[in-house]
Amino acid sequence: MDFAIDYILIPFIKIFIVFNVVAGVVALLTLAERKVAAWIQVRLGPMRVGPYGILQPLADGLKLMLKEDIVPAGADKWIFTLAPVISLVPAFIVFAVIPFGPADGFTILGHKISYFITDLNIGVLYVLSISSVGIIGIILGGWASNSKYPLLGALRSAAQMVSYEVALGFSIIGVLILAGSLSLVKIVEAQKAAGFWYVFLQPVGFILFFACGIAETNRAPFDLPEAESELVAGFHTEYSGFRFSLYFLAEYASMIVVSCMAVTLFWGGWLRPFPSVHNVVLDFLDAIPLAPLFWFAAKVVVFIYAYLWFRWTWPRYRYDQLMKVGWQWLLPLAMANVIVTAVLVLLLKG
Amino acid sequence: MSTKEEQTLFDASEITVSMGPQHPSTHGVLQVKLKLDGERVIDAECVIGYLHRGVEKLGEAQTYGQFVPTLDRMDYIAAVSNCLGYCEAVEKLLNVTAPPRAQYIRVIMTELNRITSHLLWLGTHAIDLGAVTVFLYCFREREEILKIFENYCGARLTTHMFRIGGTQYEIYDGFQDQVRVFLKDFPKKVDEYETLLTENRIWIGRTRGVGVISAKDAIDMGLTGPSLRGSGVEWDIRKAKPYAAYSDFEFDIPVGEQSDTYDRYMVRLEEMRQSARIVSQAVEKIPDGPLMAKMSKIIKPPIGDIYHSIESPKGELGYYIVSDGSTQAYRTRVRPPSFVNLQSLKRMVAGHMVADVVAIIGTLDIVLGEIDR
Repeated sequence: MDFAIDYILIPFIKIFIVFNVVAGVVALLTLAERKVAAWIQVRLGPMRVGPYGILQPLADGLKLMLKEDIVPAGADKWIFTLAPVISLVPAFIVFAVIPFGPADGFTILGHKISYFITDLNIGVLYVLSISSVGIIGIILGGWASNSKYPLLGALRSAAQMVSYEVALGFSIIGVLILAGSLSLVKIVEAQKAAGFWYVFLQPVGFILFFACGIAETNRAPFDLPEAESELVAGFHTEYSGFRFSLYFLAEYASMIVVSCMAVTLFWGGWLRPFPSVHNVVLDFLDAIPLAPLFWFAAKVVVFIYAYLWFRWTWPRYRYDQLMKVGWQWLLPLAMANVIVTAVLVLLLKG
Repeated sequence: MSTKEEQTLFDASEITVSMGPQHPSTHGVLQVKLKLDGERVIDAECVIGYLHRGVEKLGEAQTYGQFVPTLDRMDYIAAVSNCLGYCEAVEKLLNVTAPPRAQYIRVIMTELNRITSHLLWLGTHAIDLGAVTVFLYCFREREEILKIFENYCGARLTTHMFRIGGTQYEIYDGFQDQVRVFLKDFPKKVDEYETLLTENRIWIGRTRGVGVISAKDAIDMGLTGPSLRGSGVEWDIRKAKPYAAYSDFEFDIPVGEQSDTYDRYMVRLEEMRQSARIVSQAVEKIPDGPLMAKMSKIIKPPIGDIYHSIESPKGELGYYIVSDGSTQAYRTRVRPPSFVNLQSLKRMVAGHMVADVVAIIGTLDIVLGEIDR
């Protein structure tokens, strides 16, 4: 009976909660994007639906549901239908291994409950591999539309994925060397043991990771696959209604994933500031119920804001410049970072 | 089963993409047929005419006075310039001069209009290159000028600001103060746009070396306005052949050095500052006197023809009018700057990427209402 509860019921409840919370956050994020854009641009943003427009995501969702669902005449109907789903599902699956809090969470009726769904010993690899699948959805969507602008968008996306995933992988290795584990939970625990967040040991790694993460999620200034002003809407030009919104949900969910990963790998995950310092004030912060969740969420919000901030401030790279930045700057820097980290770790430990 | 393999997009070495007429960045109903090799542009062909309304023909079917509001619909971003050019051309034909007070009001309004035109250009150009926020900053200032226009003549966009022989409306109470308030803040606002773009690495990367056209080519192509001055040619009709009251004011003509999109961007930014400088001089010394020249109620120019051109925000805006002595022109011909500037697009985009086409269309600052007329 205990087995059934520990391994079936509790994970199921956790998955349910995580899925819904993420979906809710994604919905809020669409509003946040519009609000932040508005504030940056000296406007008010949505104000009509609900107080200060907070019900706008509902209205948007409803509108998109009611829109006509168009499949272009020459499109490959199956792939066209499937592509947005392929894009969306991986973005949500990744949350299975994100540690929102420590393993020894709290106890209910004698059952120990941790703050994450599962602790995979190859967590980082899992996240990298699953999140790459999402871009296949974009490529397939552009391909299946049988239209020129989406095709160009899809081609750009493919090139971008290849260039930036390599640098992304390399930027993480520094952290892996320091933590000595691929498990996301262990990485955070290693930061706790070390006494500070890895961003202070790996500043270059962090900057590279975040830059590549933005490129991975097709956000400005790397939003070439969409590139509204050049390719109309890029890969989702032919999509309408709810399928279009699936792509959007996927994009926002991936933003949250990258932010979560950045927080977990570099910014100490659920740890409070100064995790190794103990005094009355800081220890009191730990005593708050759900403190780990609070710290995690707060850090993620900062990164999401950075995402929005970048989008509404910077112009867009050109395709060849993007490649240049990827191959000539980010990748060599990431490699150098790995080597320097490895040598230093060897010297200091040996 | 057919033995012939189906031709797909991937078999051909080049694809043809029709950019526009419904495209977010062609600034209206311009169609550009692009031949692409991957992302690289092999050839570009402009298709215009989607907005043709027969403006020139209308000029022959309406009396001189009736035709003026129609001209506002040509370059609707800079309606005041259109109006000024035509009114002055007809005045030349009639051999009358607008009184000094009217001339000063004309200069103030036209220069304010130049600022709105450049602001709109800057905003849309930045959007084309992905920087959305600049657009709304520009519109914030543009709104202030449009408010001045609205207070003056009731309209914001298609203003019908002047009349043949002068201006109809006296400036309203507080006009000078409102203009002064605007001018006080405006240079700071231009600096603000610069902080977002001028030294931004991405912006420089997107505009430096893009759409280069040498001074000689620019002159051969008939380029005028900031597009020509970006190539280093110091040609501005306000200085070369002063009209209205421009000879009374001090201002500089900014020119570029490297003939690329970035230089044209810098030229237009500086032009906004210079326009503000002209307005601040003019608004302090508006002379007293009548608003309309003494002339007959019915405009009947003597037989003859006239070509008069002014410096509109986009370049040389010329009017060629042939009069047969009646109340309607025998022939009206407009030399629209956008139309002439657009022909350099093909030369500028050759060898660039798709994304640059958008940048180059933006940097030419075209208005389709003026191209198609």
